[in-house]
Amino acid sequence: MTTTAEPVRSAPASRAAGARTLIDKMFKARELAVLAVLVVMLGTTQIYNGEFLSEQGIKDLLLNATILALVATGQAVVVITRNVDLSVGSVLGISAFAAGNYLNGGGSPLLAVLLAVALGALFGLLNGALVSLGKVPALVVTLGTLYIIRGIDSIWVGSRQITADALPEGFVGFGHDGIWAVPYLALLALVVLLAVGYYLRSYRSGRDLYALGSSPEAARLAGVPVRGRIMTAYVLCGALAGLAGALYLARFGNVDSATGNGYELTVVSAVVVGGVAFTGGSGSVYGAALGAVLLTSINSVLPAIGVSSVWVTAINGILLLLAIAVDRILALRVAAVLRKKAAQMRSARHD
Amino acid sequence: MTDTTTKATARRGLGGAVRWDTAVGALFVVLLLCSFSFVDNFGNALNVSFLIGNTLPIALIALPMTLLVVSGEVDLSVGSTAGLSGAVMGALWNEGMSIETIIPLCLLLGVVCGLINGLLVTRLGLPSLAVTIGTMAAYRGIAQIILGSDSVTDFPSQYLDFGAGRIGDTFIPYAALPFLVLLAIAVVVLHATPVGRSLFAIGASEEAARFAGIRVKRLKLSMFVTTGLLSALTGVFWALHYASARYDNATGLELSVIAAVLLGGIDFDGGKGTLGGAIAGVFLLGTLQNVMSLLNVSAQSQIVVTGVLLVVSVLAPRVGRQIAQSRARRKATAVPLRPPAATS
Repeated sequence: MTTTAEPVRSAPASRAAGARTLIDKMFKARELAVLAVLVVMLGTTQIYNGEFLSEQGIKDLLLNATILALVATGQAVVVITRNVDLSVGSVLGISAFAAGNYLNGGGSPLLAVLLAVALGALFGLLNGALVSLGKVPALVVTLGTLYIIRGIDSIWVGSRQITADALPEGFVGFGHDGIWAVPYLALLALVVLLAVGYYLRSYRSGRDLYALGSSPEAARLAGVPVRGRIMTAYVLCGALAGLAGALYLARFGNVDSATGNGYELTVVSAVVVGGVAFTGGSGSVYGAALGAVLLTSINSVLPAIGVSSVWVTAINGILLLLAIAVDRILALRVAAVLRKKAAQMRSARHD
Repeated sequence: MTDTTTKATARRGLGGAVRWDTAVGALFVVLLLCSFSFVDNFGNALNVSFLIGNTLPIALIALPMTLLVVSGEVDLSVGSTAGLSGAVMGALWNEGMSIETIIPLCLLLGVVCGLINGLLVTRLGLPSLAVTIGTMAAYRGIAQIILGSDSVTDFPSQYLDFGAGRIGDTFIPYAALPFLVLLAIAVVVLHATPVGRSLFAIGASEEAARFAGIRVKRLKLSMFVTTGLLSALTGVFWALHYASARYDNATGLELSVIAAVLLGGIDFDGGKGTLGGAIAGVFLLGTLQNVMSLLNVSAQSQIVVTGVLLVVSVLAPRVGRQIAQSRARRKATAVPLRPPAATS
């Protein structure tokens, strides 16, 4: 009896392990696939136009990607918990203006950046409180706060505008300079990305976010403090949008009441292209950042190969559709393979 | 025991929903009365016809959007579909085609747009939110490719008059008449036919609806197609009403429609809401905007008001329901529970 019980008990474990490695592989492949598309795209463009990957070219690519990648990192954290934050564009706009306004008044650059981050975190707290305490769909709440924050921004800013010549030289320099072709802004974004990625992978509260997204009910029953974790995700997302606002100011030096308008949809596209599913619990911030780099690179690639920039919007949309469709088809395939394997094992055991 | 409490909370939740859309309707009536009595220049026929004419695009799309949201899906590409149909209309008119052929072609285009959304959602099983964010960018992008930065304004005058004019000196724009017909059709379909019941069933529980023999996929697909068709119609109306076909026509319309529909008490989780509520929500927002403009409230403050209304409108009924539920739970725990029978 005991001898037959032994393999029966170990079989499900090995099957589960097999499933895990297969799924692991698929998700790793998901980020690798985005990377591969990116490399192929940049490579082809380079062959077509030798000037494309010059030092300045690489610098522009990285600079363009930095701000979107930062916001996408924050958005990914929220989407992993099966929520969404549509207010990031408005938060970016208002924190960029707040930082600029503070610098115009003679404030120090470091404090200006911290101010932008704090303001973003505050709006994140508001979103998180509404979503987790009111138990209201995130889409609706953050659509509301998108309007509210944009409106407050417009009233506050009015027809004023912040221009680069009114900003301290060091701050503008920070937005443009770098080490060889790598801008400081991109390095900063990379550090943030790695930190958030490490947090999600190696901290208990980070893992909780995935649990929450996979099954909110199960996570609650397993003792995950649901409200607190959702709040954390939103505060993080808001803070990163605020930081992106400060970097936007440093990079472009030009902020008015329309800054960041409509940005939320680009961010969501980047996150989804990067393999973070709307259904929560899967994907990684690295994928989201890669998605952001891919989307912004298309904007640079098209003019470099002589395609008019009117194509950019359509291509972004189609890319998003392709990404989610391919994801879905792959997921169905994997599920079918797993089912077949499970069936084989079961029949093998019965023999 | 648990059965009776869930039933009780369900009844209370339903009661809350009914109260909500009557509340929005009442609020709308109160706003109208106040505006008629206290706001200068609001009551004249010309202003009211402007109000209706400017609100019509949102109202037109709100009809199919309500049905779609009731069945648990959403379409964010409506503004882009409207923009695309306007752009195609302008481009074909520039080519010298007659407007009588162009308009049906534009409507057909809307059907195709809706079909793409619907097929991606129902055949591949993708979330409608993600799909329609994608098609929203794609359709807008195609509109931009087709028309570039041109704007076409020289449509035939009788069509422009239809789009912008009103019947005699009354407050009714010409375009309101077809809208009323569509509204009547939508109300009957949602609230008085098996199709409407099926939509509520799908929204409440897709699985249960499928087991009850409802053709979930086919129904959802037809809802997406209807939404595409009416979005294209709105695009044509938009171009005529504002006498300008541009690729960025109706940008951001999807958010206005969704805000209005939600304000009208349509639950985003599906399965709840009435068309009366949705239309009350649409015209409440439209009237509010008109009144605020007459009172010289800045456009920026109007955005804030819209946002606050939206958040309050979803927060209020839910918080109310939660309070009711926790009260019911307290009552339930006050009754001593029998110890669970040992089953193992």
